[in-house]
Amino acid sequence: MSDQNYNFAYLDEQTKRMIRRAILKGLAIPGYQVPFASREMPMPYGWGTGGVQVSAATLTPDDTFKVIDQGADDTTNAVSIRKFFERTANVATTEETAKADVIQTRHRIPEAELREDQILVYQVPIPEPLRFLEPRETETRKMHALEEYGLMHVKLYEDISQHGAIATSYAYPVKVEGRYVMDPSPIPKFDNPKMDMPAIQLFGAGREQRIYAVPPYTKIVSLDFEDYPFEATKAEHACDLCGSTHSYLDEVILDDQGNRMFVCSDTDYCRSRRAAGHVGRLGTENELEASA
Amino acid sequence: MYVAVKGGERAIDNAHAWLAEERRGDTSVAELSTDQIREQLSLAVNRVMAEGSLYDPDLAALAIKQSRGDLIEAIFLIRAYRTTLPRFGASLPVETADMACDRRISATFKDVPGGQVLGPTFDYTHRLLDFKLAADGEVAPAATSEPRTEPTPHVTGFLGQDGLIQDETPSDETPRDITREPMSYPADRATRLQNLTRGDEGFILSLAYSTQRGYARNHAFVGELRIGKVAVEMEIPELGFAIEIGEMELTECETVNQFAGSKTEPPQFTRGYGLVMGQTERKAIAMALVDRALRWKELGEDFLGAAAQDEEFVLSHSDNIQATGFLEHIKLPHYVDFQAELELVRKLRAEAEQNVATKEAAE
Repeated sequence: MSDQNYNFAYLDEQTKRMIRRAILKGLAIPGYQVPFASREMPMPYGWGTGGVQVSAATLTPDDTFKVIDQGADDTTNAVSIRKFFERTANVATTEETAKADVIQTRHRIPEAELREDQILVYQVPIPEPLRFLEPRETETRKMHALEEYGLMHVKLYEDISQHGAIATSYAYPVKVEGRYVMDPSPIPKFDNPKMDMPAIQLFGAGREQRIYAVPPYTKIVSLDFEDYPFEATKAEHACDLCGSTHSYLDEVILDDQGNRMFVCSDTDYCRSRRAAGHVGRLGTENELEASA
Repeated sequence: MYVAVKGGERAIDNAHAWLAEERRGDTSVAELSTDQIREQLSLAVNRVMAEGSLYDPDLAALAIKQSRGDLIEAIFLIRAYRTTLPRFGASLPVETADMACDRRISATFKDVPGGQVLGPTFDYTHRLLDFKLAADGEVAPAATSEPRTEPTPHVTGFLGQDGLIQDETPSDETPRDITREPMSYPADRATRLQNLTRGDEGFILSLAYSTQRGYARNHAFVGELRIGKVAVEMEIPELGFAIEIGEMELTECETVNQFAGSKTEPPQFTRGYGLVMGQTERKAIAMALVDRALRWKELGEDFLGAAAQDEEFVLSHSDNIQATGFLEHIKLPHYVDFQAELELVRKLRAEAEQNVATKEAAE
């Protein structure tokens, strides 16, 4: 059900052109935050207006679109954004990572490896990795221009001296192709190593009016020290539904006795594994048929 | 067993249906019409127009109805609608000197050419609940007289004649459009004023109040406050001249502030300026005070570290749609990030406990 009262993918063509220019500039200067004239969208700031604008400027009528939030296709905001594009762009949608041309995500990178013909669009709340060290934009822009990232290393060092480890578990800063320090959006640091990927990665921050990008096969290094190397961590369990030991897990509290289960945060990955016959501790052989 | 949240789509649909029902309220009570909102809740309509940056009382009334009276939500609806409207041109600057004033007061002079006109103000009402309104809101018509036809010159103009107040440098430069260009710092005054006029009334009010209480105090007098209708004119390229395309109600406030001056420069009063759509007096006065506080550099004052002087702080936090969006988004799921934090805290705790155990064993 396409809504004829709006242009394809909601935004007018001029606006999409302006956003595409920002995306191209971002791809040309990997990790650099490009200011763009973010529009007011019909969903609130903080709900993914940046990602939605980037997706709107990226989608073509032939594309298949996937939206995930926390790795899952059926979380409420993922449903809401998917419906928005079904309505305003009439594009095909999918929950299967491999079938999507454009994937908009909040807080996760899919477990399945992405391909060269795919685009991953991140929703970004605070694009500036230095923001919590220096609240002023005028200062942080200068710091990026001068490649002055000492403050960030001092912060990581202070973490180690206080906690014995780098106490950042998500939105873990990365250095892009040896130049810009970049916020990977609030993905768990487990996902950081995946960012060196064949797909294009685009980052949209609507409220903060910034777009940045990582071209395919760009070198992404999570900041660390020689004696305290970066470590991608996850819950030390296997998925209780599909048995995977390599996927990022959500912890679900089952009862007031402290019983928990761990399940894949990437629902499509978990579903496809179970479809292929993998069974975890609490999964059952025929559960997919039962729920279908 | 599968306990992870499923069925987001149905949950959303049901939530929306319930919301619509709650909005309507008890169906045995007559439904509110948007005409009633526009006419009888006009100050709410004005605020929504001002902060929504769209002058359309009917749409603002609709937004208030749809938002159940949540004005920030109504402003959001207007903003989201506004952003889809095509831009076919820009009006000429409005002439507030030619305003047909409903209200016009000066706090700096007992009387001024054009007179002190109180207009429809709450100022001297006693804030006593009028229980008659609960039963019957009909009122007798107010007294009328012939509208004045002579112009109402700006009060600050009289001070300017004697050089007592600092001149504003005129400029024909097209101001930036903050809805079409990303904000960058430092921002010029036109940009700052645009930001302030659509900024949240409560935020601007509190900042202005903070200057009065000593955080970058600037001793503001309300030189003039005027509310009324101005003509909106636009040059039509095909015609080659400007025609009036409508009129809008505005509130304008000019403050007269403490004088600057040095041994070589004679002291002069300085200005703050507020201009807001509709009858929005509190906002216009507050805007003028904050505008004045933000001008410290240009007027050769010291930065005192006050919030109202800090351009980046003020301009990047004034927008209530941005603020409420980012604030409320923390209720969206964050369990992936929380899980990462949980693992980290568990790991750090385990290490700390182990350190204690090793230490005790050694002792």
